[in-house]
Amino acid sequence: MRNCVQQFRKMHVGGFFVKQENAIELMNVTKRFGEVIANDNVSLSVSKGEILSILGENGSGKTTLMNILSGIYFPDEGQIFVNGREVTIRSPKDSFALGIGMIHQHFKLVGVLTAAENIILGLPGKELLKMNQITAEIDQLTKKYGFDLNPSQKIYNMSVSQKQTVEIVKVLYRGADILILDEPTAVLTPQETKKLFDVLRNMRKAGKSIIIITHKLNEVLELSDRVTVLRKGKYVGTINTAEATVNSLAEMMVGAKVSLDIDRTDPVKLQKRLEVLGITSKNEEGLTVLKEVSFHASGGEILGIAGIAGSGQKDLLESIAGLQTIESGEILYYSPEGNTEKISDMKAADIRDLHISLAFVPEDRLGMGLVGSMDLIDNMMLRSYKNGKYFYTDRKKPKDLALAVVDKLDVDTPGVDTLVRKLSGGNVQKVLLGREIASSPTVLMVAYPVRGLDINSSYTIYNLLNEQKEKGVAVICVGEDLDVLLELCDRILVLAGGKVAGIVDARKSAKEELGLMMMGSGKGGHTNEH
Amino acid sequence: MNIENNVIANKEPLVRITKRAGISNYKAWAIRLIAVVFSLVVCALVIVAITGENPINVYLGIIAGAVGKTRRFWVTIRETMILLVIAIGLTPAFKMKFWNIGAEGQLLMGGLATAAMMIYFGDTLPNWLLLVLIFAVSSLAGIIWAVIPAFFKAYFNTNETLFTLMLNYVAIQIINFCIVYWENPAGSNTVGIINSTTQNGWLPKIFGLTYGWNVIIVLTITLIMFIYMKYGKHGYEIAVVGESHNTARYAGIDVKKVIIRTMILSGAICGLAGAIIVSGGSHTISISTGGGRGFTAIIVAWMSKFNPWAMIIVSAFLVFMQQGSIQIATQYGLNANASDIITGIILFFLIGCEFFINYKMEFHKKKREVQ
Repeated sequence: MRNCVQQFRKMHVGGFFVKQENAIELMNVTKRFGEVIANDNVSLSVSKGEILSILGENGSGKTTLMNILSGIYFPDEGQIFVNGREVTIRSPKDSFALGIGMIHQHFKLVGVLTAAENIILGLPGKELLKMNQITAEIDQLTKKYGFDLNPSQKIYNMSVSQKQTVEIVKVLYRGADILILDEPTAVLTPQETKKLFDVLRNMRKAGKSIIIITHKLNEVLELSDRVTVLRKGKYVGTINTAEATVNSLAEMMVGAKVSLDIDRTDPVKLQKRLEVLGITSKNEEGLTVLKEVSFHASGGEILGIAGIAGSGQKDLLESIAGLQTIESGEILYYSPEGNTEKISDMKAADIRDLHISLAFVPEDRLGMGLVGSMDLIDNMMLRSYKNGKYFYTDRKKPKDLALAVVDKLDVDTPGVDTLVRKLSGGNVQKVLLGREIASSPTVLMVAYPVRGLDINSSYTIYNLLNEQKEKGVAVICVGEDLDVLLELCDRILVLAGGKVAGIVDARKSAKEELGLMMMGSGKGGHTNEH
Repeated sequence: MNIENNVIANKEPLVRITKRAGISNYKAWAIRLIAVVFSLVVCALVIVAITGENPINVYLGIIAGAVGKTRRFWVTIRETMILLVIAIGLTPAFKMKFWNIGAEGQLLMGGLATAAMMIYFGDTLPNWLLLVLIFAVSSLAGIIWAVIPAFFKAYFNTNETLFTLMLNYVAIQIINFCIVYWENPAGSNTVGIINSTTQNGWLPKIFGLTYGWNVIIVLTITLIMFIYMKYGKHGYEIAVVGESHNTARYAGIDVKKVIIRTMILSGAICGLAGAIIVSGGSHTISISTGGGRGFTAIIVAWMSKFNPWAMIIVSAFLVFMQQGSIQIATQYGLNANASDIITGIILFFLIGCEFFINYKMEFHKKKREVQ
């Protein structure tokens, strides 16, 4: 068996890093869900003191593979070796006993407890809890790797990045030698990302093995030693990061040459379409989520909205769309015919009845934008079902629309009578965006339009947004990837804690500048009014 | 930190349960058919254990009990129609994910209203007018019983399950109260057959069939509800509200309005079911007028996946078995609970088989030895 492993190693790694012992090795792992093969004969290895990136688009099987390592799924075929010994991981407990620690995308922390309490939660201990001793141990750990953490701080007082730190320290405290991080930078600002990477490098130096799951090419190049690429559940290959470029990685990931340029035209014939004047709103718990937010959006430009997750992006869009009531302030709509409508007291139905074409692609696609248990045709008429005659709904036009959307946006579906919930995330998004664009809007609001989409689809979407902009639509786009926002938008509004931290010119701003503003420590940026 | 040495290759679990990605209709119905066969076998075993009779005879008894004579056949049809119309009435509420388990109370109130109309206007109004009045008033009674929880759900987000359930008991107590008033003959503690000589307020015969009107009314309601749910704007709104209130708001649907409107409809049909029971069958009112059919209909609706045509089959099958087991209960001197046992066994299998439709079991295959 050992020989076989050795041979395999040589075969796949091509002779690199053979001297180091592999901390983890997966051989020919296959996992099926019904007819779907999530992982098809995937092999990979990580040495001690190495950072391996697993790169792949959504649906390529990255997370499934890591869930196998962390004991959440059980593989149908294949072998797993930890430090050279074959193991069977049946539960997360087994995985932990092997020294594998997984940091999930969604944190699993108890809000009312402190960092230290969360870290020891679930660990067997003595009858008497010596919190001082535990805190000292945690401090020692954080100092060793360069974390910035106060063990006695409560979780609910923490930022997303601090919560992530707690998660990482938690697995380290339990003695994990192999860390798996699932999309760790998705929720971080550029500054926080840099800090995280420094810590990860320190851990590598200390001999830990780290696997990071990502689809951001720049981060792969910046951080990892080697990168394993998966495509549609299949193993594509492993290369040394030093030999890779953004384009070569993208090509491996997609399987064909891809162009990574966004064709941004200069805005022409700007026409003020929407004006938000000092709106303040509260959520169901009575907390203020938007504070005195003011801005305008014009037809013919793309206004980006950046901010740490939960800074009020959702509430802002929903307030404009008439789905949330605001405490104070006004939202005005300037129609192309020259009328001014105050839409801040209106509900979604009232706005529709005024024939204001306000398209909205919400963040929660299946919880708000679409009905998962209905087919494509029925979903197409979600916002226009009242157009049918008398008592009946008209299914002819929605059917034509569904066929057109499937055709134009290349939606991968067995037919237009397939339930939307059976489609993959990217296709769901295409259906939603396709429907909203088809309503020929004057204002188009999209929240995280490419979340979960593969590279090619993402660029299709960017082009669609640009197309709308050129048509004179006022596009408002909430995004999380600052690089993309800077390339796509004309102006970027940064939200921090429900306030406008600044509105900047996307052509003249840097990522770091936005990052500072997102954390609320920026100097407000330079407002750039047309 | 070499704890990993403690974990030696664990054994694979013996059985793994995995969710099916999809199942063909043909296969799903095959599984259900197998479940029916199994349930009949278990029923037979139970009956044999109790009566010591040959199970074949027992099943012949069931068939004879359900459809053996013209009268029995029509009773089976009548009961099927009642179960069907209640299930149809529940469908819009359940599609909206409004857990209306108050059909029993709604139909009791409908039945009570019917009895009241028959008693108070039986001698003064012409029969056709009385029947129209009965349908209107019984629907209204069902509506009142359904709209109260709907209103509180829409405006205060109360729990509709508890609310509708509790209203069932209120309905039962109101009937108890009315029986005291309407007692006939005095001291019997029952209302007796209302208008037994004049037959005023009774659904008349049509085409010479005693229960002809029952069938016509129920199948018409079924057809209308099918169109309403599948092709109507209201049906579409109900489906969206059932999926997510957020999506409904996004689509510009007034969620409160839809909840109340749908429960008015659901309550009206359940109230009407009460009228069909009283005016079209029992011609009396008691607290057992509902006979638990308001609850059985919930199972009918769910097992049919809210498909009205499947509901006809499911309710017919359940009623067939119930009527049949009433027959064998008398034949072999068992008490009335025998039919409940049989219904229980069948439902257990039919509901249990849904597990095998949604999941499949994978048994551990012996893996080749390593090393």
